[in-house]
Amino acid sequence: MKTLKRLFRRLTSWMTSARDDALLQAEFEQHIAMQTAENLRAGLSPIEARRQALLKFGNVQAIKETYRDQRGLPFIETLVCDTRHALRRMRKAPGFTAAVILTLALGIGANTATFAVIDSILIRPLAYPQAEALVSVRHTAPGLPSAPEFGGSSSMYFTYREENRSFEQFGLWSASGATVTGVAEPEMPRALFVTYGVLDAVGVKPLLGRWFSQTDDTPKSPETVLLTYGYWQRRFGGDTSIVGRTLTINSTPHTVIGVMPDAFRFQRDPELILPQRFERSAQFLGGFGFQGIARLKSGVTIEQANTDVARMLGIWLKAWPPNPGIDHTVFENARLAPRLQPLKQDVIGDIGTALWVVMGTLGLVLLIACANVANLLLVRAESRQQEIATRAALGAGWRRIAREMLVESITLGVLGGALGIGLAYAALQLLVAKGPDTLPRLHEIGIDPLALAFAVGVSVLSGALFGVVPILKYARPRVATALRSVGRTFSDGRERHRTRHILAVVQVALALVLLIGSGLMIRTFQHLRSVQPGFTHPEEIQILHSMIPMAIAKEPERVMRMQHEILDTLAAIPGVTSVGFASRAPLESFLGSNLNPIDAEDKTFASGRVPPLRQIRRIAPGYFTTMGTRVVAGRDFSWTDLYDKHRVAIVSENLAREWWGDPGAALGKRIREVGPADPWREIVGVVENVYDDGVHVKPPEFAYWPALMDRYIWGGENGSAVVSGMFAIRSNRTGTEGLLAEAQQAIWSVNGRQPVFLITTLEALYDQSMARTSFTLVMLAIAGGMGLAIGIVGIYGVIAFVVSQRIREIGIRTALGAQPAGLLGMFVRHGLWLAGIGAAIGLVAAAGLTRLMSSLLFGVTALDPVTYAAVSALLIVAGVMASYLPARRAIAIDPIQALRAE
Amino acid sequence: MLPVGSPKSMKDTDVRQGTLALMVLKTLDVLGPLHGYGIARRIEQISGDLLTVNQGTLYPVLLKLEQEGSIASEWGASENNRKARFYRLTRQGRKQLQEEARSWEQTTAIIERFFAVKAQDLK
Repeated sequence: MKTLKRLFRRLTSWMTSARDDALLQAEFEQHIAMQTAENLRAGLSPIEARRQALLKFGNVQAIKETYRDQRGLPFIETLVCDTRHALRRMRKAPGFTAAVILTLALGIGANTATFAVIDSILIRPLAYPQAEALVSVRHTAPGLPSAPEFGGSSSMYFTYREENRSFEQFGLWSASGATVTGVAEPEMPRALFVTYGVLDAVGVKPLLGRWFSQTDDTPKSPETVLLTYGYWQRRFGGDTSIVGRTLTINSTPHTVIGVMPDAFRFQRDPELILPQRFERSAQFLGGFGFQGIARLKSGVTIEQANTDVARMLGIWLKAWPPNPGIDHTVFENARLAPRLQPLKQDVIGDIGTALWVVMGTLGLVLLIACANVANLLLVRAESRQQEIATRAALGAGWRRIAREMLVESITLGVLGGALGIGLAYAALQLLVAKGPDTLPRLHEIGIDPLALAFAVGVSVLSGALFGVVPILKYARPRVATALRSVGRTFSDGRERHRTRHILAVVQVALALVLLIGSGLMIRTFQHLRSVQPGFTHPEEIQILHSMIPMAIAKEPERVMRMQHEILDTLAAIPGVTSVGFASRAPLESFLGSNLNPIDAEDKTFASGRVPPLRQIRRIAPGYFTTMGTRVVAGRDFSWTDLYDKHRVAIVSENLAREWWGDPGAALGKRIREVGPADPWREIVGVVENVYDDGVHVKPPEFAYWPALMDRYIWGGENGSAVVSGMFAIRSNRTGTEGLLAEAQQAIWSVNGRQPVFLITTLEALYDQSMARTSFTLVMLAIAGGMGLAIGIVGIYGVIAFVVSQRIREIGIRTALGAQPAGLLGMFVRHGLWLAGIGAAIGLVAAAGLTRLMSSLLFGVTALDPVTYAAVSALLIVAGVMASYLPARRAIAIDPIQALRAE
Repeated sequence: MLPVGSPKSMKDTDVRQGTLALMVLKTLDVLGPLHGYGIARRIEQISGDLLTVNQGTLYPVLLKLEQEGSIASEWGASENNRKARFYRLTRQGRKQLQEEARSWEQTTAIIERFFAVKAQDLK
């Protein structure tokens, strides 16, 4: 209790210390004056009286110091004092300080930015209330070939809602596009189709209006729609009277019932939210293509929920009829099993590895930067040896000196960190504005308190780390004796440079690891770009999506003629080489995929097994020519096929090879889509593979049906008509406003103003598909470049310092007749030796560490010899250059000058 | 600020500070509020010059006592009309004095007995 009181008093008096000092001085003066007066009365002379009084009082200074130590908080006072000295010293050497702070700012800033990204994306829970209870409901089917994983089917919606015991809320959703017409500019925003229960599970209340209720879910009830905040702001300017208005979506009127708040985010970034309706009486077992989301009841674990779903699967199998044409045993043999996982995992996907790899590399860069700063500090400490020796002689303990140096280093670290936080903030703003859309939760990225704490922690730690190095060298016990060997008569002993050499070697090794990482990514990128994607010259292909007006969609013949006419008009535009039409373009997987089971007439798939699922796309004649997709065997469709309604088909090369071995052997075979009364089609052509999902995965197997023949209602499992298709125009004027305007004119000239949207070029889609790889590549290349630069500076610094210390020796040698070439060789060999050892260590470290990034690589192994050899050679050459330059300067000095130098 | 003083002398001053504190408290108890010089002179007189302590070492002790709350200080006018700082005993200080006095009495009583034992037969 007493000590607490004292501590408190100490704290308060620390703040009034200046005034108290003056009062204390007065009090002492008084005391001495009174004693002097007494002595005078006793008969001493004035001088003697005062002298005796002072003697009796004691050592004023010492007593004052004891007093002060007791009064204030000496620890904090020395700390403040040291910091002030450090700042003053830094101001005196602006170049040095600027270099150090800048280096640290880059390293710490980069790490802070990456940590903020990792925190926002991987660590923080999703931005929904009690997000830990949210799971995505997925299933596996080990009984199916290639054991796929998928969401739920529409019939499961009814079973799970009614029979479950572990969900508080449950619903299904899917994402695709929805056409909005009846406004000035028709468009196709991203739409989220949700059943009742999805929004309730997520739990974010709407800003205006209300959620969907059970009635909105029922078919035949009036159609409703929810807007997201961004869409509401963009299209309707935040007009609050929007609730209750009607929008024409997918050609039917929908009433706007509400608007979601700005903070609401969902996967695939929707702009509209529409109710997903299932007709209960028309349900089958199959019909997968929806994602399931559930909120667990409090206290229920995922394992318990899994068991519950497994139980419900048994009920579900018996409750619904199988799809027509598929036997019930197929579903039983598929052995569907539940696989629930936290919703966060779904959202994050597989970006975790890439992020951690980037974090690791930037951590290495920071280490290299610290090694550099440690070297710089060593040089400075070297020049302060006299000062330190003097202070040691005057009685400063080594702890005192060490503490002062540590305070200086940590101050440097903190200053660098402060600047680094600013840099990180700027970088993150840039990232959020321009970042790849494939980065999940992009808009949640920001510097939060955890990232700030991380930055402060890293700054202090880095400061301590590189501060320890000069302390170990110069502020050890017995400082005075250690400094005896300073002077004119000594050149440099070997072990005086050991620390510097070790630091330089460490820098080189780390730089090598980073460069190998970047090298591997560069080769990955090269390999990705060298894959033949199935189309040629994507920069020449303009893509426009267009809608077929519902009014004429009912008359197939008319539609066919209309589209044919549009194609002819487009082809007539100057600069256009060819045009084509299809249901969708490659690399547009955000529009949803169209996987359906396909049967081949001459193949009997074992009964009880699901026929293989393949992508189906509808194309018009001329599409393959426009895309540049090679026809491997047979022929393309012709317009006669379409007008005469021939039942023909084209397949992709991988499909043909899988089923019939040789592409040529596929011609003449018959396949069809499994479903109600689908006709058999004869294969008339085989085309090369198209990397529809991106070049880093295997090309999917395709079956192509002729477009515009009997069904125009494709896409959108929601049951309502999304009647649209894509025109592809190959032209050297792609991307220009002129071509776009003329193309739109051409389309409108045939049958009025059909909405035209989703305008892009194939090149843009291609680049977008590579976005994740290019993002990682750019980050690693930057890190590698920074590492190399700092490492080179490190070697240069060491050699320059060695040279400067040995100038006298050089002078002597030259005077004695040494050749400049020989001297150069001496220093270059020194630098080469350093670089070589660093490279060797780095190679071993890289071999171990690159294993961690193997999931990001494509076409190269983690131990790719070409990359390793090339990078090592590069580093050694750079090391030689870095040692050559300072050595050359030294050689050029006049020996007399050198001998005179201190 | 050069650090001065070796670790060895600390222990002695701690003990000295403890007894000094007691003397200060007793002095203030007997004589009422006093300034620093007055306290030093009185202690000298009472201990009869047996204690050779630099007067200045009194002040850290005064500070410690003030921080603990046993004494309080205020500025007033001294005999020759100069500004001086006067210290006085607080209620807590008086209580502390009584406790310490009691414990000293106990200690001296026990030590006396031990020295008296020699004179008698321990059989």
